[in-house]
Amino acid sequence: MAEHTIKMPDVGEGVAEAELVEWHVKVGDLVREDAVLAAVMTDKATVEIPSPVEGKVSWLGAEIGETVAVGSAIVRIETAGDATSAPMDDGEGEAPIAEGMAPEGEKLPPPPTQKSEAAAPSKPVAKSEPAKAPSRTATNGSTGAPRPEGEKPLASPAVRLRAKEAGIDLRQVPGTGPAGRITHEDIDHFLRQGSQPVATGLRPDTSVEEVKVVGLRRRIAEKMALAKSRIPHITYVEEIDVTALEELRAKLNAEKRPDRAKLTLLPFLVRAMVRAIAEQPQLNAIYDDEAGIIHRHGGVHVGIAAQTPSGLVVPVLRHAEARDLWDCAAEINRLAEVSKAGTATREELSGSTITITSLGAMGGVVTTPVINHPEVAIVGVNKMMMRPVWDGSQFIPRKMMNLSSSFDHRVIDGWDAAVFIQRIKTLLETPALIFVGD
Amino acid sequence: MKEISCKLLVIGSGPGGYVCAIRAGQLGVDTVIVEAGKPGGTCLNVGCIPSKAIIHAADEYLRVTEMAGGKDPIGISLSKPAIDLKKTVAWKDGIVGRLNTGVAGLLKKAKVKSVQGWARFRDGKTVEVETETGTQVIRAEAIVIATGSKPVELPFLPFSGNVISSTEALALKKVPDTLAVVGGGYIGLELGTAFAKMGTKVTVVEALPRILPLYDQELTKPVAKRLEALGVTVLTGARAKGLSSDGSALLVETADGAEEKIAADHVLVTVGRKPATEGWGLDEIDLDRTGPFIRIDDQCRTSMRGIYAIGDVTGEPMLAHRAMAQGEMVAEIVAGNKRSWDKRCIPAVCFTDPEVVSAGLSPDEARATGAEIKIGQFPFSANGRAMTLQNEAGFVRVVARADNHLVLGIQAVGAGVSELSAAFSLAIEMGARLEDIAGTIHAHPTQSEGFQEAALKALGHALHI
Repeated sequence: MAEHTIKMPDVGEGVAEAELVEWHVKVGDLVREDAVLAAVMTDKATVEIPSPVEGKVSWLGAEIGETVAVGSAIVRIETAGDATSAPMDDGEGEAPIAEGMAPEGEKLPPPPTQKSEAAAPSKPVAKSEPAKAPSRTATNGSTGAPRPEGEKPLASPAVRLRAKEAGIDLRQVPGTGPAGRITHEDIDHFLRQGSQPVATGLRPDTSVEEVKVVGLRRRIAEKMALAKSRIPHITYVEEIDVTALEELRAKLNAEKRPDRAKLTLLPFLVRAMVRAIAEQPQLNAIYDDEAGIIHRHGGVHVGIAAQTPSGLVVPVLRHAEARDLWDCAAEINRLAEVSKAGTATREELSGSTITITSLGAMGGVVTTPVINHPEVAIVGVNKMMMRPVWDGSQFIPRKMMNLSSSFDHRVIDGWDAAVFIQRIKTLLETPALIFVGD
Repeated sequence: MKEISCKLLVIGSGPGGYVCAIRAGQLGVDTVIVEAGKPGGTCLNVGCIPSKAIIHAADEYLRVTEMAGGKDPIGISLSKPAIDLKKTVAWKDGIVGRLNTGVAGLLKKAKVKSVQGWARFRDGKTVEVETETGTQVIRAEAIVIATGSKPVELPFLPFSGNVISSTEALALKKVPDTLAVVGGGYIGLELGTAFAKMGTKVTVVEALPRILPLYDQELTKPVAKRLEALGVTVLTGARAKGLSSDGSALLVETADGAEEKIAADHVLVTVGRKPATEGWGLDEIDLDRTGPFIRIDDQCRTSMRGIYAIGDVTGEPMLAHRAMAQGEMVAEIVAGNKRSWDKRCIPAVCFTDPEVVSAGLSPDEARATGAEIKIGQFPFSANGRAMTLQNEAGFVRVVARADNHLVLGIQAVGAGVSELSAAFSLAIEMGARLEDIAGTIHAHPTQSEGFQEAALKALGHALHI
């Protein structure tokens, strides 16, 4: 019986290691060729590792969350063939293919190119059901299938008794056993999850669920901890009267060419920042604090923090200084879409020099944004709302919005931060200024 | 006489009642049980147990009789045997007596107070018992009615003289020359077969077109065949009309409308059983009924709070093991536990020759649920153990859903298959699929292999056929 070792593939772009974020198989599982064995995650992209052979998983070389160097063995698969007393040649004939590839770990396994890029960053947790299929026997699994209306739940007497005593209506419990049989584990699961609250009053819930911090969540955690521990933040909040800007935006949207993206507030803010940065280039920078060097960038690459189903990602609007309002709008829309779909590339997710964070309608009054390390500034957009403003003789309704922005106080003085935000305020409150000279 | 107050009062110590009382006692419930006769009820005294004793005796007698005929294929020969039915009945009574004592002992061990006498409801919380020493009043928080059932009497064939019920048939002094059995259900056939084996000329009169009408024809065919071989005359579609004027024969209208006179020393009437709802004051508490039975819910609660009913008095199937399960459940409910009736199957056994077992749904019942089904049937004629026992008649049949192979019903007919009922009901109660049974090693050589093979057959790959 030949054994096939699968190593951490070179996932490209000079990456030396990757984090194992998901096993699709366990020891003992039978896998087919091309079945997904595991998912690993590099800085930005999740890559699936397919099986190059058919056989039985005999060994797994890493735990979920472990970082594995490229080239180290991660799975061993026993390939079949000579379990019977068939001539050894058969086994040998297969083995060289398998083993010949394995030791070098070079051409092996089919490098995850487009396919895996496409499957990129959004899914460290999803997708486990289909991969389990090979481990099950073929017959009419109907596992966990919803029970047709009116059908009696199927469970052994012991399970029924336990459910009765726990006050569980078995009709509410999905059965994962053969033919939809409800098992003790299903009851455990149901109890952990908690059923829909029945009319039995309040109850203390003493359950504790352990959630492993892996994949994107771990990257976010590390990044946030790094930013907050290294950077002394100064946060500055100012309110902006966006009434005029909103009027302009409405007008532009009403008269826009059909092929153009609808304008949100963000492209205006981006353009205003480009203007302000032209006057204060120290804000558009990467601070390498270990080397003691600030890299001031000419190009304004604006990270736009975006919430996706799997967590926070920051796609980058490159060279905002070279894009007009419409172009910015189109690019922001495109980046939002690829991020949500999980298909953003590594390039699209790295290289920002300053960041905007916006919670949109959830924006709140004030936030204390965390700087996207190693940048030096982040501009946070709060919720826009109609507020009464004293114009000297009366209260008038104005559309007001706060900007909550944080700066690296090691390299940006409070004064400079204030000047920067005041400049943006002026630009946004008199939006014509954004475009004059363009 | 001083009143008794208790938490639980059980009326009737048949299999339902005594199990209920024992379990309640185990759970620390202060329990009293009332019984007018001997503990054990119909089942133990005049039903399941004594009939099995007589059936066994008849089987033994037939076996040696056949050997005495000189045609025994095994090669044993002996002189013509004789049976002394008086001794047989005494032996049977000995077994019954041991079990009576056993039940009484179990009740005592569980600290249940037994009161002997006839109980009668005064109201929903109070019962009067006519004992030998006077009227005993018992007040209870909960009362379980477990009064059981009685043989149905035909108006034109009232029980008296040579018209007898199963009770009397189990206590005959001598083997009758002729016996007419009215009713071809399992009680009539079990006893009729036993007497036929002991040498009686037996005629079975059944109004419906075939015997054991509650089972499908495939299952009953081996039984009909065996009856024929034993020389039992079976008149189906025939109606008993009454006794002849001299009382020595049963008048029957046969299927083609002819009148027939069947000579009979005894006429055994086994046309069913009815709930025992009279004589104990049901009118005083006026419980709701379902037909002749007391209506109960899934916790055996009647329409009156605190009053439960279990066993034959609550409906079909009138089987001891159903009553026992209900009794156990009610005891636990009274003790404060959450319980409700959730059984998937109540197996039924006919101790005919060959025996018939049915657990769960028959093929027709399964089809009636609208499910697509698969059936696997394995004959004992292909089973080695059955051959060595000279018991090749019959088969095991498994009925399963076609989509997920969930086993819905299991039936068997064959010698000794009553003991397979355990495997059948366990499989159904546990929610087994065909693969579970097929994947379980069944010991060789046993008749139980037929069970595994039937499952394999339903899956399309039986090995031994």
